[in-house]
Amino acid sequence: MAELTKLIHKYLRHAKKFPHVWCPGCGNGILLGSLIRAIDRTGFEKDDIVLVSGIGCSSRLPVYVDFNTLHTTHGRALTFATGVKLANPRLQVIVVMGDGDATSIGGNHFIHAARRNLNLTAIIVNNNIYGMTGGQYSPTTPYGSYSTTSPFGHIEHPFAIAELAVTAGASFVARGTVYHTNLLDELIEKAIYKRGFSVVEVISNCHTQFGRKNKMGGPIEMLKWMKETAVRVEKAEKLTEEELKDKFTIGILVDRELPVFTMEYEKIRQEAKKKVSA
Amino acid sequence: MAYRYELRLSGSGGQGLILAGIILAEAAGIYDGKYVCQTQSYGPEARGGASKSEVVISDEEIDYPKAIKPDVLLAMNQKACDTYFFDLKHGGMLIVDSTFVNQLPTTKAIRLPFTSAARKELKKEVVANVVALGALVTLTGVVSLKSLEAALMNRVPPGTEDLNRKALELGIQLAKSHLQGGL
Amino acid sequence: MAELRSGRPLLLQGNEAIVEGALAAGCRFFAGYPITPATEISEMMAYRLPAVGGTYIQMEDEIASLGAVIGASLAGAKSMTATSGPGFSLMQENIGFACIAEVPCVIVNVMRGGPSTGLPTKPSQGDVMQARWGTHGDHPIIVLSVSTTRECFDITVKAFNLSEKYRTPVILLSDEVVAHTREKIQLPHPEEIEVIDRIKPNMPPEWYIPYEDNTRGVPPMAVFGDGYRYHVTGLVHDVRGFPTERADEIKAFLTRIHRKIYQNYFDIIMTEEEHVDDAEVIVITYGAVARSAKRAVREARKRGVKAGMIKLITLWPFPRQALEPHLKRVRAVLVPEMNFGQVSREVKRINQGMTRIEKMNRIDGQLITPDEILTRLLKL
Repeated sequence: MAELTKLIHKYLRHAKKFPHVWCPGCGNGILLGSLIRAIDRTGFEKDDIVLVSGIGCSSRLPVYVDFNTLHTTHGRALTFATGVKLANPRLQVIVVMGDGDATSIGGNHFIHAARRNLNLTAIIVNNNIYGMTGGQYSPTTPYGSYSTTSPFGHIEHPFAIAELAVTAGASFVARGTVYHTNLLDELIEKAIYKRGFSVVEVISNCHTQFGRKNKMGGPIEMLKWMKETAVRVEKAEKLTEEELKDKFTIGILVDRELPVFTMEYEKIRQEAKKKVSA
Repeated sequence: MAYRYELRLSGSGGQGLILAGIILAEAAGIYDGKYVCQTQSYGPEARGGASKSEVVISDEEIDYPKAIKPDVLLAMNQKACDTYFFDLKHGGMLIVDSTFVNQLPTTKAIRLPFTSAARKELKKEVVANVVALGALVTLTGVVSLKSLEAALMNRVPPGTEDLNRKALELGIQLAKSHLQGGL
Repeated sequence: MAELRSGRPLLLQGNEAIVEGALAAGCRFFAGYPITPATEISEMMAYRLPAVGGTYIQMEDEIASLGAVIGASLAGAKSMTATSGPGFSLMQENIGFACIAEVPCVIVNVMRGGPSTGLPTKPSQGDVMQARWGTHGDHPIIVLSVSTTRECFDITVKAFNLSEKYRTPVILLSDEVVAHTREKIQLPHPEEIEVIDRIKPNMPPEWYIPYEDNTRGVPPMAVFGDGYRYHVTGLVHDVRGFPTERADEIKAFLTRIHRKIYQNYFDIIMTEEEHVDDAEVIVITYGAVARSAKRAVREARKRGVKAGMIKLITLWPFPRQALEPHLKRVRAVLVPEMNFGQVSREVKRINQGMTRIEKMNRIDGQLITPDEILTRLLKL
């Protein structure tokens, strides 16, 4: 069997009837591939992986894969993941969210999860729009862009998700795109391995909603746009602000060692066992 | 008829009346083996003004947990005395801290200088609540002094046992001299 | 040992007794957000849980708290949160999730005056209907109420047992009076306490159908990490847990999650009767007000009025069948509540003209007194 076929058989759910819910050409499919390859490389058992998601197109991803999967309420995926991880720290908990899910309705949970530094991996698919509900602006919709709720151009300014995670205190923060798939595989793999809260922002395409409204073309044109606009962080360091205008960086933004919640809490348990008597 | 005895300890927040209520309740419930309920006014008004802590003691299970007509009212300041005196049961006992209560609603009030005595004798105003407890228990006999001391020692911070024991003794002496017609 | 403080008398607040009950029932995970008058539960949990190998976490809000509780339950821990009105409103979203995904958990709501920020330090019973219907959509729920420190312990254990047995969130309604009244209690020894755990699958993973119906209506629940990889979702799902839009599957699923509660109605409803056998007038009551009612009924008896009372411990499903025989027989019923009339509305609904139902309400943040109830009882 070809390598790809083996992965498909190993990780996709046989019982789940395909096709999936995503539009043809959607970046979510590319991410699904990347995620599976990355998990396969880590060597973790399927039984030990919990894939948690919120609400939105990308959050439908867990239903297709053969792990312990948990499709939660809108914006709250990280809170459910927090409970899963704390109740059984042995489990590898990976959370897939969209930009609206993670940074609008779930924005508070996101920054607090980063601050708390629990050993979770958050993958945030950023396609600059609410896709599933039909193309309304999200917290990452760029200034001046069009959406069904900004028919005259968007007047708010977008979050930079990865930078937000860095500031909020995440241990590992990276950004990739669905065009740079080899890099994406690598970033997700590193994020899963990382002890502490790790974030991978995945720039993706919603040609159906965002692309169409903003005359960015179909999936191929949008992937080309990613290719041309993304700059490796290593390279960006050498560029001027002027040269980086209208570009975004990809690669590892931060990778640092910080105390991890579950290990800190284990110390509290030991102390409490000594101090607390009935 | 079941025995039901109600006490209300009142004053301003910070005078330690909730703790006094808890100590009294533990003395009655845990050391004297009675049924007991302790409640308190809760919330922003507990800071200053007329906050209260109540203890209901009974020989059977207690239904309504709050004081209906207190048998005893301890008032540690004027406002509490004014606010709660009219709830007192007819013939009930009013004990006031004469340090802060000048105007008495009844000639039968028992006036004892809890705070000024604590300040003068023990150099610590903070134990005025314990002085008052000592006096209240001596005057009412609602719990045994032995139980009160045991409950007190169980609740006070380590290192303050001696001070609190002295405060308790001071309260007992104040009450005794009152009973002997002194002061 | 740090586990239980059984065997010797203790002076405990209602809130503290809830913590003791939860620990006795096997609760090992608590997530919460500080709110008056429920805060003592969080504080005690933060102190006690790590010592028994459990986990306490203060989340960023109440939505997150219940999210974490559900996550922990799915990973195998008996889990709880505690809050009051404003936080309970925030939790409604995830209560619905726990209902549809059938995740056992206990939610304590120490009721305070509302609406909105309302009366943070004053008691109320204004959340009875919210507890039943707060989350959107038709959903089954179990709601219990407590009126004494001892009940705070016993009914918390019961709440965990019912939630594990029927795979459902259980809401425990307390109020500010019960929460902060210190009472002497003696906690039972662990061997005297019945603790029920969820049924786990014992078939090979490939045979496991996570939401398949059975006679109990409660499918076995696999724990994440135990080898049964399955899908949990807030979408209406088929027996395998996958989202469905097929009318037959939707109907079968929603019917089952309701059936599992109503089929086991007599296991769930709990009431306590006092002097009802020969009563001509009865008080139907719950929570702190039940304590006032008890005194009022005794006083009324002393004055020759044949009064009785029924205390509701289970509020939802509404204990209709425990009340109906009495409604048929008595001259009048009084329903005192610290709200404008929530349980009285339900009593009227089931009454169907059998007797006269009078409501009695206080909404000023004060506990209804025995005297007030007595006065009304004497006039009934």
